[in-house]
Amino acid sequence: MSPETMSIFSPKVAARFDALVEKYPVRRSALVPMLLYAQDEIGYLSDAVIAEVADRIGITELDVRNVATYYSMLRFKPAGKFNVQVCTNISCMLRGAYDLYERFQEELHIGHKGVTPDGVFSLEEVECIGACCWAPAIQVNYDFHDELTPDHVPGILDIYRSKSLGSTDHA
Amino acid sequence: MPRLVSHPDEVKVVSKRFGQGAANIDRYIELGGYESAKKCLAQGHEWIIEEMKASSLRGRGGAGFPTGLKWSFVPKQSAKPKYVLVNGDESEPGTCKDHLIFLHDPHSVIEGTIISGLAIGAKTGFIYLRGEYRYLLEIMEKAVADAYAKGYLGKNIFGSDTEFQIITQSGAGAYEVGEESALMESLEGKRGVPRIKPPFPAVVGLYGGPTVINNAETIATVPHVIEMGGAAFAAIGSPRNGGTRLFGLSGQVERPGVYELPMGYNLKKMIYEVGGGVRGGRNLKAVVPGGSSTPVLLPDEIENLGMDFDQVGKAGSMLGSGGVVVIDDQTCIVEFALRTISFYQHESCGWCIPCREGTDWLKKSLTRFHAGFGVAKDIDNIQYLAENMMGRTFCPLGDAAAMPTLGFVKKFRKEFEDHLNGKPCPFAKHLEVAVI
Repeated sequence: MSPETMSIFSPKVAARFDALVEKYPVRRSALVPMLLYAQDEIGYLSDAVIAEVADRIGITELDVRNVATYYSMLRFKPAGKFNVQVCTNISCMLRGAYDLYERFQEELHIGHKGVTPDGVFSLEEVECIGACCWAPAIQVNYDFHDELTPDHVPGILDIYRSKSLGSTDHA
Repeated sequence: MPRLVSHPDEVKVVSKRFGQGAANIDRYIELGGYESAKKCLAQGHEWIIEEMKASSLRGRGGAGFPTGLKWSFVPKQSAKPKYVLVNGDESEPGTCKDHLIFLHDPHSVIEGTIISGLAIGAKTGFIYLRGEYRYLLEIMEKAVADAYAKGYLGKNIFGSDTEFQIITQSGAGAYEVGEESALMESLEGKRGVPRIKPPFPAVVGLYGGPTVINNAETIATVPHVIEMGGAAFAAIGSPRNGGTRLFGLSGQVERPGVYELPMGYNLKKMIYEVGGGVRGGRNLKAVVPGGSSTPVLLPDEIENLGMDFDQVGKAGSMLGSGGVVVIDDQTCIVEFALRTISFYQHESCGWCIPCREGTDWLKKSLTRFHAGFGVAKDIDNIQYLAENMMGRTFCPLGDAAAMPTLGFVKKFRKEFEDHLNGKPCPFAKHLEVAVI
């Protein structure tokens, strides 16, 4: 990206993207991770994110959208600052994942893909996250929490609530 | 943090450095690390491939293809650069072994990648981790940076005139990307849909160059094969199934965890002795032996079943990813089948019609059936649908959805029939499963 163009990303992430496109034999290989890192900073893939990523990779915005819509972690509207992802796939299901998921719904008063009114939490029922032997497991953003029971739920939410009070940027 | 477990029957080869601080490069070296790569650099590619063939190491991703043979298919001369691609997109439900490898022994993946590169004459290797494994990607990135700093990666690895570079890559959520050709598409910055074969990746792979793609566990096993010698590694396992495997015991088992056991280890013993039996003293109803795509086995089918690719195949299922899911007698098989198929419906990439439509109809039929609105012919319809998906798709995802469905319907037909005529499910608490 040319230096005279303003980036919507922080200088740190913009510098990271400058390096990322040079990392591969083919520039376009940077696309999928770049979208994920962009989402980590902005919160979702906004039109401005799509436009800048397209420009950085050197492909059309349509190309970027075509790829982005394929991957389940990428989203086009904001989630909560802390996105709670409850795995309910077989290994977790057999050890009470649905009870856990229900408890999160009760505590947060939101359902699948819902966001709390204060924007702190969102909730998702997700597919296998690769923690089957430590089931039931969840991820809050990228943090794993495993071997859970519904009674763990309030404590986990408290951890992130206090983190949310402590900082204002995206986790 | 994922809990580490152990059992006296374990033979720790791949997991021997787990919990030893080996993510630190100096500690890894202290524990004998990078000696295998140095040895391979001295011995040359033909020797490596012979050792790998002698080891009977078979792909740990699920298909069980002999690793040495796979490497030998890569042409010696190529106009385009050759690549090694490590598949760490671990997504098969019931599977979390690579999670531990990346966490506890990231350098074994790097060392295995270097050896694979030396064997096929590649100068670049890619290590691809699923997007959810961000903390593990950071561990891998640190390990790669440390290996560069030591001169183990770069223009002149270990002070030789051989070049080898490693590039780490993150996915962004897609089970299908674990399929080798879809993985290459994703790495090229595209939607992760499969490519038609032939040509196979060994001839036309990543960026059109010859490519070897191996599962992360396979790659992490390679330095150990070299260290102990192919024949000694083979001797640990059963015939044509060399070495050990990281088996993931999960579900309704007393002591779930990742256990490293010799190939061919008895499945019943694995559940009852290693895993401590069915949770809460209940009875065993069924076992999914190798990740959610593998057909379910009944208790009497596991009595004398050795866990290797050939024996489990002969028993009508697959060893797959080694993820053993234990199901107790209080579980509704229809609900379990529905949850299984919901996953494949969600993950079908939509490229081939039999898979896209088949998984969707299977999910719809099973949802209705489980909610008590099924009719008798639904059971045959579910079976018919699944049978017609088999072998009719570009990649194995269609089969991965159809195979377990057929297993559930054939082996638990009575339980399906018990859901007919508006009868409430005798087990389940949830009428609607998987809103994803």
